[in-house]
Amino acid sequence: MTDNCQLTTANRQLTTMTSETLLIGLAGVLAAAAPVIFAVMGETFSERAGVINLSMNGSILLSAMGGFAVALNTGSLLLGFLAGAGIGALVALVVAFSSITLKQSQVAVGFVLALLTRDLAYFLGNPVMGQPGPRLQSLPLPGLSQLPVLGPLLFKQDLMTYLSFLLIFLAWAFIFRTRPGLMLQGIGERPAAAFVRGANVNRLRYFYTILGGALIGLAGPIYSLSVKAGWKGTISGLDGIGWIALSITIFGGWNPIRAALGAYLFALLQWLGLALQPILPGIPAQVLQVAPFPLMILTLLLVNIGDSEWVERALAAMPERQRRLAEKILRALRAKPPAALGTTFDSE
Amino acid sequence: MRNSRWTNLIFQLIAVILALGFTTLVMLIAKAPPLDAFKNIIIGSIGSWTKISDVLISWTPLLLATTGLLITFTAGLWNIGIEGQMMIGAVFSTWVLRLLQESTLPPALILGLAILGGMLGGALWALLTGVLKTFGGVNEIFGGLGLNFVATSINLWLIFGPWKRPGVASMSGTIPFPETLWLPTLPGSRLSLWALGLALISIVLVYFLLRGTYFGLRLKAVGKNAKAAYLLGVPTWQYSLAAFALCGIFAGLAGAMQVLVVYHRLIPSISSGYGYLGLMVAMLVNYQALWAAPVAFFFAALNIGSIQLPVVLKLDSTLSGVLQGTLVLFVLLMQGARQKLGIRN
Amino acid sequence: MNVDLRHIHKTFGKVHANDDISLDIPAGTIQGILGENGAGKSTLMKVLSGFIYADAGEIRLDGRATTIHSPADAIRQGIGMLHQDPLDFPPMKILDNFLLGRAGGLFPDRKTARRDFLALAAQFDFSLDPEAYVDRLTVGERQQLEILRLLWLGARALILDEPTTGISLPQKEKLFATLKKLAAQGMTILFVSHKLEDVEALCGRVSVLRQGKLVEMMTPPFDAGRLVESMFGKQVTLAARTPARPGLVTLRAQNLSLEDSRLQIHQANLDVRAGEVIGLAGMEGSGQTLFLRACAGLLHPVAGKTLVGGRDLTGQAHHAFKKQGVAYLPASRMEEGLIPGLTLTDHFVLAEKMRGVFINREAALGLARQRISAFNIKGTPASTVESLSGGNQQRALLALLQTPLNLILLEHPTRGLDIESTLYIWAKLKERCAQGSAILFISADLDEILQYSDRVLVFFAGRVSPPLDAAQTSVTQLGQLIGGKGWETLAGEAAHA
Repeated sequence: MTDNCQLTTANRQLTTMTSETLLIGLAGVLAAAAPVIFAVMGETFSERAGVINLSMNGSILLSAMGGFAVALNTGSLLLGFLAGAGIGALVALVVAFSSITLKQSQVAVGFVLALLTRDLAYFLGNPVMGQPGPRLQSLPLPGLSQLPVLGPLLFKQDLMTYLSFLLIFLAWAFIFRTRPGLMLQGIGERPAAAFVRGANVNRLRYFYTILGGALIGLAGPIYSLSVKAGWKGTISGLDGIGWIALSITIFGGWNPIRAALGAYLFALLQWLGLALQPILPGIPAQVLQVAPFPLMILTLLLVNIGDSEWVERALAAMPERQRRLAEKILRALRAKPPAALGTTFDSE
Repeated sequence: MRNSRWTNLIFQLIAVILALGFTTLVMLIAKAPPLDAFKNIIIGSIGSWTKISDVLISWTPLLLATTGLLITFTAGLWNIGIEGQMMIGAVFSTWVLRLLQESTLPPALILGLAILGGMLGGALWALLTGVLKTFGGVNEIFGGLGLNFVATSINLWLIFGPWKRPGVASMSGTIPFPETLWLPTLPGSRLSLWALGLALISIVLVYFLLRGTYFGLRLKAVGKNAKAAYLLGVPTWQYSLAAFALCGIFAGLAGAMQVLVVYHRLIPSISSGYGYLGLMVAMLVNYQALWAAPVAFFFAALNIGSIQLPVVLKLDSTLSGVLQGTLVLFVLLMQGARQKLGIRN
Repeated sequence: MNVDLRHIHKTFGKVHANDDISLDIPAGTIQGILGENGAGKSTLMKVLSGFIYADAGEIRLDGRATTIHSPADAIRQGIGMLHQDPLDFPPMKILDNFLLGRAGGLFPDRKTARRDFLALAAQFDFSLDPEAYVDRLTVGERQQLEILRLLWLGARALILDEPTTGISLPQKEKLFATLKKLAAQGMTILFVSHKLEDVEALCGRVSVLRQGKLVEMMTPPFDAGRLVESMFGKQVTLAARTPARPGLVTLRAQNLSLEDSRLQIHQANLDVRAGEVIGLAGMEGSGQTLFLRACAGLLHPVAGKTLVGGRDLTGQAHHAFKKQGVAYLPASRMEEGLIPGLTLTDHFVLAEKMRGVFINREAALGLARQRISAFNIKGTPASTVESLSGGNQQRALLALLQTPLNLILLEHPTRGLDIESTLYIWAKLKERCAQGSAILFISADLDEILQYSDRVLVFFAGRVSPPLDAAQTSVTQLGQLIGGKGWETLAGEAAHA
């Protein structure tokens, strides 16, 4: 996954470390995390509704390629992004149809699609490989970009990075502060209870899976039209990004804010991995980059440990004040998946 | 429609036709000539003895992976972690070879130990996923996925760290082993009958294991209804772990073969995606061992056959992946359609 | 709101769950609905609450004929249902549970909702913290939340399904006070229960359902005997019983305390002797299943001991019990007892623990044939178990039992079976008794309990009666105990709640 260009830039950044270059580096981290944010938010929506979209890895590649191809041929960045979203939504539609209507295993279909869309991306992308194409430009915000620290960090980004900031907030606000968002939580937790409150569970599941797919589909073009510029086929370094996004979704506990933290942590580790190369040889960047996965496993382990008997007993033995605090911490750390994730719903 | 055999066949036929149709559509979008492409794939896979032996070389790890997966699928498990298990198998084999390459032991013994090492490595890595599931409640899909990437990083760390080539660490892997430590191949070819033989023996063994032994029957019971199996006296979690370990043995063997026969060293992509492809083969044969070998051969043929597509037709070789994925996808969808239409199996 | 059900019919396959049921409930009435398991109560409530459509008949609310399309539609028309396991969202806060489902704008008005919630809660003296999480609440508190929610949504009729199962006494008293208050304000309440005392204390009228029909409607003062008779039917003259000659103690439950999320059994004691049959009677959810599973090692007791054949097996896994000759037959045949996709032969091979590595096909076939004929199973060795009828599946389960066995534990052995299969299965079980096995079984059929048991244990809300001599017990007596009455007259209860 090493990108030479990134390596030298990161290299230079660390060796001539002034506060200015540090800020530029961190700004780059925020930009690099933007596509992951989109993908993770999309998958969070989908899984909150109860549907795992395991095809992420492939659909990001396919939407990256497709978005680039469309942008290249039409000259319009907007159409490119829309195409990407459309591709992501279409793949998600297949997942939704297969699992909600045909009641097949979400894992099976998602997994096959992950491989299929990936191969489709490489195959169909062959003609446009290596071609220079339109690129999203940096959009410094007037006034705000002059601010001392926050200026170069936050306000000299491109459009999609700004949108990624907005997306985190919107996703969080939607899920936790709006009425439909509450219902979304309900569908994933206990579809039967949502049903008696008037929710058309399966229709909503379709909606959120496809919405999630569209967001995942926007992640791809961000790579090919912004961060990594162009479609480079198998050398693009995107291979595997979908699996990483999947584990960040789990680590993120289906909560947009926490998931975003995970995404930024990952991007930071990625940058550090490259930047620290000359200082600490022998630990290739790749090693740091797999950090999300042990974190994901740890998260899942914590879910079950938190439920176990000895924790319950320990909690019961604590005085009231301490117990409340301990419960709060546990609740914040633990990431319990939506109880109905992966199941089918029949309104009988 | 009572005759389930016929309806089965018809639905599968529809799936194949749809898959071919979809792939043709994809090719038309890519402005590629479909018939030429198909023809080229066929020629590219069985057109000459070299090609056929390449297919056989590719068939070996794929068949081994599928074989192992049949065991875990029978136990009701989604062993996505197979890629990692293959990698760790390769790592262990390499480790044994490195340990013993300077010793005075006969090469045949060293190779044998390396193979055993590979199987051990794969089994241990698989058991890790199993333990996480059984005692930690971590779903084997995510546990396996996570461990795949951990295995990749272990692999990379070894290649670029302790086991790196003197001078500059390279993506082309560790130092190749001397020819004395290569598994013997057919003269003039890279095909090793040892490897092929092991793969074929494996699938036959597993076929009989699953069909004809009490162990296989109990495993099937656990996979289909663990609660009832438990009441009938089957120690369910032990069988789950056993399934993981057995699959790991075959995965590790596949990894060992990749090191000993194909690459003669450890490379970053030592498992080459055969694990994931094996999952697809297993899905396609509906987890039954009978058709595993032919379907795996077909998939291997597709892969080899499309290697020359970039040269001959300027098409990317991932066309084989498209065909494979489409086939499995439509088979799954048709299965769902059949159930939805109320036609029971 | 006046709720008028007219000539409601509902059939599921061959079962006529609701057979021409007509019930006119004036506003402000607390209407009790009694009936044993399978009488049709839950079907009727599902029709009224919008889960299913009746096949025929009419529903009138306040005189106006209407159709109820879904549970959400039901509450819109004023009918709210409180399920036995309240349909709420455990990981979410009380306030969110409260306001979810109420129509409104994009942003829920939490302030108003909180104000309304606290006001309503105060009205009924419920102490619930809107910021607390539902997964930390007791069942009684979750009920209170759901009642408040339904009231807030404008319910004018409430259906409560077995509401007093799993709640504490003070919570029950509070619930009853609430219901009485609501009824005084004009709320129509349907109170579905099997607990006679509760029904007597609360209801203004009681209707009894049996086998799909409305058989009785009573007003206070209630005659418990007549109620029980209506619920369970007249006493049938039982066939001659073979007296048991019980042998050594096979299983001893000593001061066994069990619990699950809703129920607690404290210090149950029982000695089961070889060759005897003990029936466990009670409405579903009264503790019999808990007890039976504990005897099999499928459930670990919170306190107390389980001894099998003198060996202390407390806390050990089920397979340890199996080794000592204990077998368990679950009620849900296809979900827990048999393996779909496997044939009869496969099942016999699995159960027999045959020796060797490779399946001895001949021996397996022979075994299968022998068992199939011994148990008269209508199927071939190659039949998959899901293709068998219910009766044959049960025979298959029996046929899987090994010989000899010390203790056979059966959950509802003849549920859903025809007479012929029932008689056949009991004949086989009696054979086992003669060979020295002891049998514990759960059944909802009181006739079956009295016909085949030597001794009977009655379960009610976690209380366990002392073993009653089946020959000396009538259906009426059993029915009363199952409904919670007459426990004071029992000498030395086997356990207390």
